[in-house]
Amino acid sequence: MDGLDRTAPQVTAGIYKYDAYDRQFLRDRVAEFRGQVDRRLAGALSEDEFKPLRLMNGLYLQLHAYMLRCAVPYGVLSSDQMRQFAVVARRFDRGYGHFTTRQNIQFNWIKLEEAADAIATLADADLHAIQTSGNCIRNVTTDEYAGAAFDESVDPRVYAEILRQWSTLHPEFSFLPRKFKIAITGAARDRAAIQLHDIGLAARRDASGAVSFEVWVGGGMGRTPILAYRIRERLPEAETIAYLEAILRVYNALGGRENIHKARIKILVRDVGQARFTELVEQEYARLPRERYRLEPEVVAAIQAHFAPPPFAVLPQADAALAAACDGDAEFAAWVGRNTHPHKVAGYISAVISLKPIGGIPGDCSAAQMDAIADLADRYAFGEVRVSHVQNLVLAHVRKDELYALWQALRPLGLATGNVGLLSDIIACPGLDYCALANARAIPVAQLIAERFADLHRQHDIGSVYINISGCINACAHHHVGHIGILGVDRKGEEYYQITLGGSATNDARIGDIVGPSFAYDQVTDAVETILRSYLAIRQAGELFIDTYRRTGLAPFKEALYATA
Amino acid sequence: MQAKVKARGTQPLVVTANRLRDGRVVWLGGGGIWSERVGDAAIFDGAGVAAGLSAAAQAEAEQIVVAPYEVEVTLKPGGPEPLRMRERVRVVGPSVLAPSVLAAGMLAEAAE
Repeated sequence: MDGLDRTAPQVTAGIYKYDAYDRQFLRDRVAEFRGQVDRRLAGALSEDEFKPLRLMNGLYLQLHAYMLRCAVPYGVLSSDQMRQFAVVARRFDRGYGHFTTRQNIQFNWIKLEEAADAIATLADADLHAIQTSGNCIRNVTTDEYAGAAFDESVDPRVYAEILRQWSTLHPEFSFLPRKFKIAITGAARDRAAIQLHDIGLAARRDASGAVSFEVWVGGGMGRTPILAYRIRERLPEAETIAYLEAILRVYNALGGRENIHKARIKILVRDVGQARFTELVEQEYARLPRERYRLEPEVVAAIQAHFAPPPFAVLPQADAALAAACDGDAEFAAWVGRNTHPHKVAGYISAVISLKPIGGIPGDCSAAQMDAIADLADRYAFGEVRVSHVQNLVLAHVRKDELYALWQALRPLGLATGNVGLLSDIIACPGLDYCALANARAIPVAQLIAERFADLHRQHDIGSVYINISGCINACAHHHVGHIGILGVDRKGEEYYQITLGGSATNDARIGDIVGPSFAYDQVTDAVETILRSYLAIRQAGELFIDTYRRTGLAPFKEALYATA
Repeated sequence: MQAKVKARGTQPLVVTANRLRDGRVVWLGGGGIWSERVGDAAIFDGAGVAAGLSAAAQAEAEQIVVAPYEVEVTLKPGGPEPLRMRERVRVVGPSVLAPSVLAAGMLAEAAE
């Protein structure tokens, strides 16, 4: 951690803290990667030999440069780690980073000859890029309000960390048929999209305090979007690792390896059927040495200690102070209405820092903004920052009587856009502006739509609507589950966009319906406006966009979009 | 942005790759020189591109570039312009404003 500006508070919010073993492991890993890069540059390794090695360290070759994807385990960062991102952004990139839908961060302009130095710089702050690529278990994602949300019964960070430790360099699961993604929620409302993951876990706590999990399996987006099915309704905490081992073993043994497009677990589940897949998992589970995998209460308690609540104050006047601030400043009140989430502790609230300024690049954050956010996290949120899977940042524990001061500090930084859940809170992947896999650009489409609807009053009138834009069928922006999903496709070398409506990523998860023929780049914004005008014309009192769509179906929107075609 | 890809074999071609040490987009020019400017690219006809790809393979073996391939272009007064959108983006870079620029604008706006 040498060289960091140590302004963090004495007591921080819950963050898993590395020990000497963890740090030595990262140093060894950096040294190993440095040797691999040196051998590649010297010609001792071919690109075919080097590619899987660099991918194991999160280094991709994109359109314009190498891209380094750094893990943010379950989206939780200390303020010092955020500052270290700023160091990497300035020293090795072009002064910014891009937060992703897997709660990670990507740097788009890395040089191979500096990649080991960049990873060493990350390791100085207990950060790494391991398992951010490759056919292994990727970063476990969770609720951005974990440990703070009013509707939470179990803190999912504890189990996400346990799964991180279990899955890191797991010798049996480092070369799976395809990548494998796990999400976990511990709240009543699913904010982790568990039905769209290879494995989704919903943690529950019964009257006695015992924790169990609903286990969902076989979900995913991409070329073949499929919702997961519930394979276990109540898996006891102690059996969690053993049962996940059983699922992964069945997938590892039977998952397709011939065709990359048919290799995810969702395809295996679809092909063998849910009943047969369940039977196979239960058979594997029955024969496993389950005691060896037993998750002991002492282990859970030890991890739990890392996520102990910060020292919350008793704040009897905080609600009144916030109400007074809202009464005195309508713009602040509007921001509070969109960019906050109720906290489980009286007097506190979670604040969302929108990374979606009108006309900006969804998820992008400059080094100066990172430094400023780290300082604000120290001042107002126990030195901790969250990355959300919708590409915003969250300060999870903010005093209500300090929220106005926080908002005032965010404004000059361009970080106080009050649009969370509104139309301009668009999820967009890097698309063809950066990504080697993309067919079409996503970011400029998001910018054009946001600019068309720049008036926040108009966005408030439209109400909550999620627009997700993916530059290719890999669906990194989760377009299948956007209320309005936009997918970039290639038609004879030109960009076109297929639109879907009615998707959802939460408890009522649903894959959106394709409206019809795709639209050219310069037609997409008009198409989105047509869809929203149609909604405004036919909505009934109290209906959000998704409610109206579920009532009417595709017909009125399709008619409006193609009537004049 | 409206150019359409025609049938292969009728268009002029250039050879491109990413530079190994930093990943930057490069174009094969005359004399086997790799340039960051598409305007410096050597133009090949359908049959002649084999020589360009051969030179590129040699450069790949010498750890100069990664994954070279040919790209169809139209010849414009300003130089060759790729037919496919993907390659046009590789020529000009991301078509988006960097957030540091946006943030600087907002900071200036807030100061006014």
